[in-house]
Amino acid sequence: MAKVLMKGNEALAEAALAAGCRFYSGYPITPQTEILEYLSWRMEEVGGEFIQAESELSGINMVLGAAAAGARALTSSAGPGFSLKQEGISYLVASELPAVIVDVMRIGSGLGDIAQSQGDYWQLTRGGGHGDYRTIVLAPASVQENADLMVEAFDLAEKYTHPVLIASDAAIGQMIEAVEIPEFVEHDIDKFDWSIKGCKKGDEQRKIQNAYYTDPNYEYFLRDKYDRMVEEEQRYEAIEIEDAEIILVAYGISSRVATEAVEEGRAKGMKIGLIRPITLYPFPEKAFAKAKEAKVFMTVEMNILGQMVDDVKLATGGTKPVEHYGSIFEIPETDGILKKAREVLHTVKEGK
Amino acid sequence: MKVKAPETVTFTQSGFCPGCGHGLIVRLIAEVAEELGVSEKLLTVVDVACGSLNIDSWRFDTIMAAHGRPIVTAIGAKKVRKDNPVLAYIGDGAAYSIGMAETMHAAIRNDNVITIVINNSIYGMTGGQCAPTSLPGQKTTSTPYGKDVSKAGEPFNVVDAFSGMKIGYLARGAMCDVANINKSKQYVKKAFEKHMAGDGFCLVELLSACPTNLNLTPVASMERIKKEMIPYFPIGEFQDHKKGE
Repeated sequence: MAKVLMKGNEALAEAALAAGCRFYSGYPITPQTEILEYLSWRMEEVGGEFIQAESELSGINMVLGAAAAGARALTSSAGPGFSLKQEGISYLVASELPAVIVDVMRIGSGLGDIAQSQGDYWQLTRGGGHGDYRTIVLAPASVQENADLMVEAFDLAEKYTHPVLIASDAAIGQMIEAVEIPEFVEHDIDKFDWSIKGCKKGDEQRKIQNAYYTDPNYEYFLRDKYDRMVEEEQRYEAIEIEDAEIILVAYGISSRVATEAVEEGRAKGMKIGLIRPITLYPFPEKAFAKAKEAKVFMTVEMNILGQMVDDVKLATGGTKPVEHYGSIFEIPETDGILKKAREVLHTVKEGK
Repeated sequence: MKVKAPETVTFTQSGFCPGCGHGLIVRLIAEVAEELGVSEKLLTVVDVACGSLNIDSWRFDTIMAAHGRPIVTAIGAKKVRKDNPVLAYIGDGAAYSIGMAETMHAAIRNDNVITIVINNSIYGMTGGQCAPTSLPGQKTTSTPYGKDVSKAGEPFNVVDAFSGMKIGYLARGAMCDVANINKSKQYVKKAFEKHMAGDGFCLVELLSACPTNLNLTPVASMERIKKEMIPYFPIGEFQDHKKGE
């Protein structure tokens, strides 16, 4: 398929259809609304079902029903709406169901605002809803990745019969870039034995319910599942990290500025590199093992508190200082990143 | 007279209290499914409250959905499995309190699912708290001096709420004696038939006994339905519209 110019949110929606998704229900909220708007007309063209639900709660619980029936089902939201999705995400996990939920991050707690942000990192990576669970979180950094990771999200959701989250943001969602939409595949709703389809006489009845009730070894099962994700699903991009003294850690839109900062820093003789997590969970710890010369790490994130710092500390066993370059309401700038990087590195080298 | 229970009733050890109406309704739904020849196709969605025990009481493929969300979960399943009848089974708390938005919007959209609402005028699973359907003055564990309608409102009547909308089917039956149970079964059967004809949202509310939480004997709990509940919740058929009407 040839490349076309598309908005990030729309490319993501089209890629979901390419991946065989034939059910979407959601509620309008900026900056994810184009996903809903696009699918409101496009879903019908491919023979799928689109519902504008009365709330995010309703949207995610419709997705649960569609997933239980065997479909590839999608919902999307942002900010306050993504908080309302947490009930259903927790139920999807407990019921062992695959589905994909997109968070096009916007700034702030409470209402916040519609500007781009990376302030949902903790909510995305720590569970977000009630109970003991994690979810795979994929973080696209371009319109092309919005499309590619959508296909991957459905595959991973089915591999683990588990919901998978996509952590997009207002910038990635709203920008227009060239994108190649993946080849369309058809999904067979009867491919899973566990999906509800009607119980034939004499067959075992299918029950989609809390796995705590039915699996006496659930605690081992669940820990094994997450251990397997950590072992098999870490995805990242590493740029110039082998000899780097300072390593930036950034994902999504911030990582694109951080990439430029590495190029400019290197041109000026700085030993600077970048680790770009593509999976926020499982966090790409394996990348950090390759950063043998690193003296300090610095996350570049669009939030106030430096939410990814904890994960970098865990990935490095607390052996190196971890700094945070944050920005709110705006995408970080290369000059600012490099200025702070020099200061941080200077401080570490001087042993202050 | 038919005495053999449908094979889709499991008769495993039940979690229902003695005299509870849920068991009667499980059998009634299973009988209707059998009579209409859809036992092997019926998909059901139960709420997390007492009705969740149905998942083990019947042999239909079943989802146990979040509290108040079975109707929308059923809509999701129905959109994917259009050839299967899909039924949501919920209590009055799920239908008219935490899931009120879901109930109203299913009616507004006239979504093609069957919904059976068990109205026993009280919260069962959590131990007898006030429900939107609790009667004026009713003592519950959250209205120990009796339900004060000036604070909690009058008992919610779905027939009034849906007036002005056109849905596939709306009826209310009472699970209080043989004649009324038979009539209730006819309502449930009609809901199935209209659902399968694609007529839209088919809701049947069934007035049901909860002896444990009403502190009544099973017999007194059934008598209460007749004497105290029906005056607030009239029984009968209230809406019957065809697809596209």
